[in-house]
Amino acid sequence: MTQDFPTPQKPSASQGLPVLEINALRKLYRAGGMFSGKQIAAVDGVSLTLSPQPQVFSIVGESGSGKTTLARMILRLVEPTSGEIRLGGRPLTGRHRDRIDDFEFRRLVQPIFQNPFEAFSAYLPLDSYLINTAKNLKVAEKTTDGADVVEDALRSVGLSFDRVRGKFIRQFSGGELQRISIARALIPNPRLIVADEPVSMVDASLRMNIVNLFKTIKEEKGVSFVYITHDLSTAYYLSDSVVIMNKGKIVDAGAPQDILANPREAYTRELMGAIPRLGERWTEIEQIKADALARDAGVGEAQPLRARA
Amino acid sequence: MRAFKLPKIGSFRLGLGLSLLLIFVILGLILPWFAPVNPLTWYKSPRNQGPSLHHLLGTTNLGQDIFWLLTWALQNSLILGLTVAFFSTLIGVFAGLAAGYSGGWLDRILSFFMDALLCIPSLPILILLAALFGGQLSLPVVGVALVLFNWPYPGRQVRAVALTMREREFINVAWFSGESRLKILGRHIFPYIAGWSAANFINTVLVGIATETSLAVIGLSSAQQATIGTMIYWALKYQALLAQRYLWVGAPVLAIVLMFISLFLISSGLAIRSAARRIG
Amino acid sequence: MIELKNVRAGYGTPEAFVAAVDDVTLTVHDNEILGIAGESGCGKSTLMRTLYGDFSGGLKMAGGKVTGNFTDPDSGRTTTSEAAGFQDLWWDVMSYVPQGSMSVLNPIMKVEKQIVDALPKREKKGSKADLRQRIVEFLAGFGLPETVLDSYPHQLSGGMRQRVLVAIAAFVRPRLILADEPTTALDVVVQKRILLMLVEIQRRLKNTLVLVSHDLGVHYQITDRIAIAYAGKIVEVGPTAEVFESPRHPYTEALIGALPRVGQKGERVGLEGRPPSLASPPDGCRFAARCPEAQAICRQSSPPLTDKAPNHASACHFR
Repeated sequence: MTQDFPTPQKPSASQGLPVLEINALRKLYRAGGMFSGKQIAAVDGVSLTLSPQPQVFSIVGESGSGKTTLARMILRLVEPTSGEIRLGGRPLTGRHRDRIDDFEFRRLVQPIFQNPFEAFSAYLPLDSYLINTAKNLKVAEKTTDGADVVEDALRSVGLSFDRVRGKFIRQFSGGELQRISIARALIPNPRLIVADEPVSMVDASLRMNIVNLFKTIKEEKGVSFVYITHDLSTAYYLSDSVVIMNKGKIVDAGAPQDILANPREAYTRELMGAIPRLGERWTEIEQIKADALARDAGVGEAQPLRARA
Repeated sequence: MRAFKLPKIGSFRLGLGLSLLLIFVILGLILPWFAPVNPLTWYKSPRNQGPSLHHLLGTTNLGQDIFWLLTWALQNSLILGLTVAFFSTLIGVFAGLAAGYSGGWLDRILSFFMDALLCIPSLPILILLAALFGGQLSLPVVGVALVLFNWPYPGRQVRAVALTMREREFINVAWFSGESRLKILGRHIFPYIAGWSAANFINTVLVGIATETSLAVIGLSSAQQATIGTMIYWALKYQALLAQRYLWVGAPVLAIVLMFISLFLISSGLAIRSAARRIG
Repeated sequence: MIELKNVRAGYGTPEAFVAAVDDVTLTVHDNEILGIAGESGCGKSTLMRTLYGDFSGGLKMAGGKVTGNFTDPDSGRTTTSEAAGFQDLWWDVMSYVPQGSMSVLNPIMKVEKQIVDALPKREKKGSKADLRQRIVEFLAGFGLPETVLDSYPHQLSGGMRQRVLVAIAAFVRPRLILADEPTTALDVVVQKRILLMLVEIQRRLKNTLVLVSHDLGVHYQITDRIAIAYAGKIVEVGPTAEVFESPRHPYTEALIGALPRVGQKGERVGLEGRPPSLASPPDGCRFAARCPEAQAICRQSSPPLTDKAPNHASACHFR
């Protein structure tokens, strides 16, 4: 039984259901040695809902916040300890016979991983990954052998089949490899793409091109993105909604401008205050410099600066 | 940092090793068919002759031509070694991949067997077997026993590599591309263990020949067959060392030493070249 | 403090030499925080190692001169040396904060021993207990507890380890501290703490800090002057605020323009293409292939780094 997951123009039965729904999700790991009873919660009771509208949903957090574990549970690479995940209303967790089967799942959800140089085997030509995705997930018509689907996907990331045919991973830059990964993820026309820090290993000047791609793909193909990152600036630029994670829990959620204007938690404020921004120096830096000048002038430590408005 | 010298050393070793091996392949696998008479037969030739045109390495105390005897011995030893290596590596790679990639109960069972067999010393067991079989083991029996004791080595190694492979992201990408578990093993993981498998194969050839030789020298292998080991056995039995008939005992010894060196050079040359390719 | 004149440094044999630093002329002043910014493959790490005089690991100088003049503020004595001799000044007049703290610290030695081993003889006069007390007090000044000394590296968090490395680098009161991507791979909150630590040290010791990083935000926050590296060359040098406000090289401008800023939703565009390979650099300006303002002359002759405003130099034919 195949389900048709459409672009926004075509109405369908699944239109009303949230594309992703997570309820009280937990992942516990045993800490310490073999006999210790201590447990660490990598993800500690996370709940969120993604409406069917194509959107970019960012999960922001530092290392150890649980964002990567959460992403891997959505991708079914890690089994949750408790809680449930639903895709378009159908469960990923729970009793095995109720779950979406592997084949359907891979047509619905696709990943983009952090390290572009680990995304492909060093021994296989890259176009084989693309063609195989088309063939295995039955996206290609038997006659065309998948080439047209692959060409289409590559064009939407600014590349072409000729550029990729017969070439191996070492012949491309990090930015190009991430584009190829995105193309591969697009081939089965998924509903959701989960991108785990997709540009953190790409040079800053090339990052924006890839980030802009996510925007374009969301608009043109109606694909939703779950974008995992530690970089609040990029998340702000790209997302329609943001959640901030700390120690396995969601501490703040909402549209980027709202979080910026009204950070709910001290942690969010600390996070935002720690971003090295352009155009405004940290008050602490100004303080240190003022103290140094005061010392030179022999008048002792300077008065504490008032916080900038 | 570029390692400019390495590929040259690697290629040199590889070339030297391959040349030596070629010599032995010709000696052991091709020439035996050209022997004028069955060199095992006693008293076919005049006894205790020195090297001459007619008998390149001389003759033994039993009237056998040493040179042709050597070729037959090499043939049997090589065939034994290659067969043992082939089956050990085949079983080991399958078991290692299954254990490393699947994990769970399959891994536990296979690991248990691998560890157990590794702990058991093969030579004493073979001696025991020989005693049970009436003092001598036929070559096929030796072969089977060697395969049994040797498959855990490639098995363990491949399992270790397969375990690391499981964590690598491109395996997940392959899965999301719709590849079946079997295809992932064969197409995505196998190229990374091919090098290990080749090295293990070469190693097992050496181990196979060495173990059989050890058995033969103490008289427990099939003395009626010509292998390197049985040749040494007969030479020692007929006091070749005391009588200063060095060619008889020396020829097989030198042969096995050179074969080992050639296989080592090939293995080491391949390792250096693949390392250079990775750095450079 | 350190003057580089037409320095060419890199790796390889004379026939196949890759100049990661190609004809660079730069001055490092006393009492400043200088940032070297650039992306992967621009040669900034090689430049750092040349400044530090670290010629292990195959780095060779194929041309130019690196001269250092270090003046001790207490004694007034000046030490002069060329790059080849910098090694004698390590952990005395110069020190270094490396990037990956776990790979730099010995995992089977306690932290105290590693600190003491790194110190020069003149610090170790007196009893061991005295030295330990001095180290404890020094670390306390940075908020690091005494227990750090008795721990093994893996027992400390990444941020703590890095702070220990910064503290060790500062303990000998060097005239120059070099920090090579000291906060990459650390979270922003920890990063801020370490950056503040570095600024504090520089302002107190009145020495020089050279910071290499690919993160322009970090440069904006703490550096006084910034040098932008591209494909083995320095394409712009100047006071940080000025370079960010009015960049004088198209690459700098593109780099700044490609950064998303919290609070601004405007369209950001990245560059196309890749930097040229250092093994076979093109004739002419190395940025010409990707420069939106490139003209014929740019592909023919390489523009020199010259002052376009007081203390603000750029390597461009037109800006």
